[in-house]
This record gives sequence, structure tokens and C-alpha cells, in this order.
Amino acid sequence: MASPLEQFAIQNVSAPLFSIGGHPIAVTNSAIFMMASVVVSAGLLYAGASKGSMIPGRIQAMSELFYDFIANMIRDNVGSAGKKFFPFIFTLFVFTLFGNILGMLPYGFTFTSHIAVTFFMAMVVFLGVTLIGLFKHGLHFFSLFFPHGAPLFTAPILIPIELVSYLSRPISLSVRLFANMTVGHVLLKVLAGFVVALGIFGVVPLVVLVAITALELLVAVLQAYIFTILCCIYLNDALHLH
Amino acid sequence: MAENDRKSTSDDLDRRLKSVREEYAKGTGRKSKPAEMSGGGEKLGVGMRIAVEMVAGVVAGAFIGLMADQWLGTKPWLLIVGFVLGCCAAFLNVYRVAQAEERRSQAASRVDKS
Repeated sequence: MASPLEQFAIQNVSAPLFSIGGHPIAVTNSAIFMMASVVVSAGLLYAGASKGSMIPGRIQAMSELFYDFIANMIRDNVGSAGKKFFPFIFTLFVFTLFGNILGMLPYGFTFTSHIAVTFFMAMVVFLGVTLIGLFKHGLHFFSLFFPHGAPLFTAPILIPIELVSYLSRPISLSVRLFANMTVGHVLLKVLAGFVVALGIFGVVPLVVLVAITALELLVAVLQAYIFTILCCIYLNDALHLH
Repeated sequence: MAENDRKSTSDDLDRRLKSVREEYAKGTGRKSKPAEMSGGGEKLGVGMRIAVEMVAGVVAGAFIGLMADQWLGTKPWLLIVGFVLGCCAAFLNVYRVAQAEERRSQAASRVDKS
């Protein structure tokens, strides 16, 4: 039987296009699904936005729901200063969401189950937010690392702790998304293996499998939501410094 | 001037949104309610956040300690210091998540009562 980790293997789909530092770069199944995520989400949102009827149809209602959801998230967590960052955060949410959900399709590939992908996204957010904070507040930004009102003699302990806490952000952001997606897909594969191996009694794990698939859909949406809301929270920290 | 234009359109959008919301409230007698994730999923999300936060702090601290050790050749002291700092940072992060969640749920219950 196939290993439950086989589904995460990266395969080259095309011949290597060019090489960076001696490492050949080809179109992989991961890249295909990233492009699929972009194309599907952009197509759906474009279809939803093009009509603009007073009474929304299904696709328009979905696009409006996405828009409202992210707009409210930014308003609640960042305030009016976050409006400028709406396009970026919306893109991040939709890209992650469609990546997670397209991965739930049979024969699909979940690119968010690779730490290389999630850590890169987390680093972009982390560095971007840090630079925004530095540009907006200058050196005053570093007051983020010392809680307001704490006695001065606690600084040698507090500042390293706050610094490590700040640096752990991209790790927690990326590991959460990657671990949830990987674990969910491994679990599905293992249970599916039981269905085949148990013959007629495979009905029992099949029932569980259906329930777990529903749970995985919830997790796919939830993890995209958590990833986005944490970006909003970090952005708020950088813009308003506590 | 582009900066100015942008600001004015943003203000304009704010004003127009506000007037539309007021009109909606007048017309239907209720406030437009923001879309929300329903209860169970959100709680699950907070649980996952706390679980990962605990690990991430320790990993970050230990990694920084390990790298600093290799750079300065002070094995294993900075790893130990980094590990302890990482544990502290992890607890701090967990505390902050819990605190924010507490504040949010209190605010939500206030809105429900009124």
C-alpha cells in the first residue's frame, strides 16, 4: 500500500525551465495547484463582481461575503488605518483558502502542506509588517519590545523575552497552517487505508472517514481564517504599538 | 498631490459608507450586522493557536541560542539561555492569546445583553 506521505511528494511536471544557483527550476505539481488557486479564485471573484446586480446571485453573494468578511476583520482588528492593506490581506486569505480547499479534492495536491510555502508566506508578512512599523514609527518602533510601565530594572530580562516572542511569530504562523493541513491529509489517507484493508468491515472506518472529511473542510477554512486574522493582529501591533 | 487625492477619496468612501449605513438603519430599523464565524469553529481556532504558540516560542528561542553558540563557539551555554528565554516567550504568547480572547468574549457578551 502507498505510504500516507506519498501524497505530499513534489513532482516535476515540465522539463527544467531554468536554474538558480545550479538548482533546476521546473513547473511542479505544487506550482500547478498554486496557479489553479489563483485562477479559480480570480475567476470566481471576477464573475461575482462583473454583474453587480442589486439582488446578488450565488457567485456574487459569495464574493460579497468574502469581501465583507475581510473588511470587517480588518476594521475590528486594525481599525481604519488598515484599509490601505485590504488588497494584500484579501489576496492572502483567498489564496490560502483556495489552496486548502483545492487540496481537499480527490487527486488534489495541498501546497499549504509544505512548510517551504507557508514559511515563505509567513516571512513575507513578518518582514513586511516589521518594515511598515519601522517606517511609520522610526526607532520608536522598538518600544514594542518593552512593555509600557514596567520598572526599568526588569529590562535585561524582559527585552530578550519580548524579542524571542516577536521572532517566534513567523514560526507559529507557518507551523500552524502546515501542521494542520499535513496532519489532516495523513489522517484521511490512513483511514482510507483501513477501509480497503478491512474488506466488508471497512464500512466502519468509511463512516468515520466521511465525518473526518467534513472536519477537514472546516479546518481548511478555519486555518485560512486564522492565518489572515493573525496577519491583521501583527499589522495592528506594528501600526499602533500596543 | 497623488497622496492628497488618495486621502480624500478614502475620506469620501468613509463618508458615503456612513450615510448608507445610517439610511439602512433608518429603513429597516436594525443595524447592519458584520458577518462572523460561528461559535464552535472560533473556539477550535483559539485552542489551536495556543497549542502552536507554546511550541513556536521554545523552537525560536532554542534556534537562536544554537545559532549564536555556533557563531561564538560557546557551546552549550547560549542554547540553554535561549531555551529558557524561549519557554518564557512561549508562556508570554499563550498568556497574551488568552487575555485577548477573554477581552473579546467579554465585549461580545456586553453587545448581546444590550
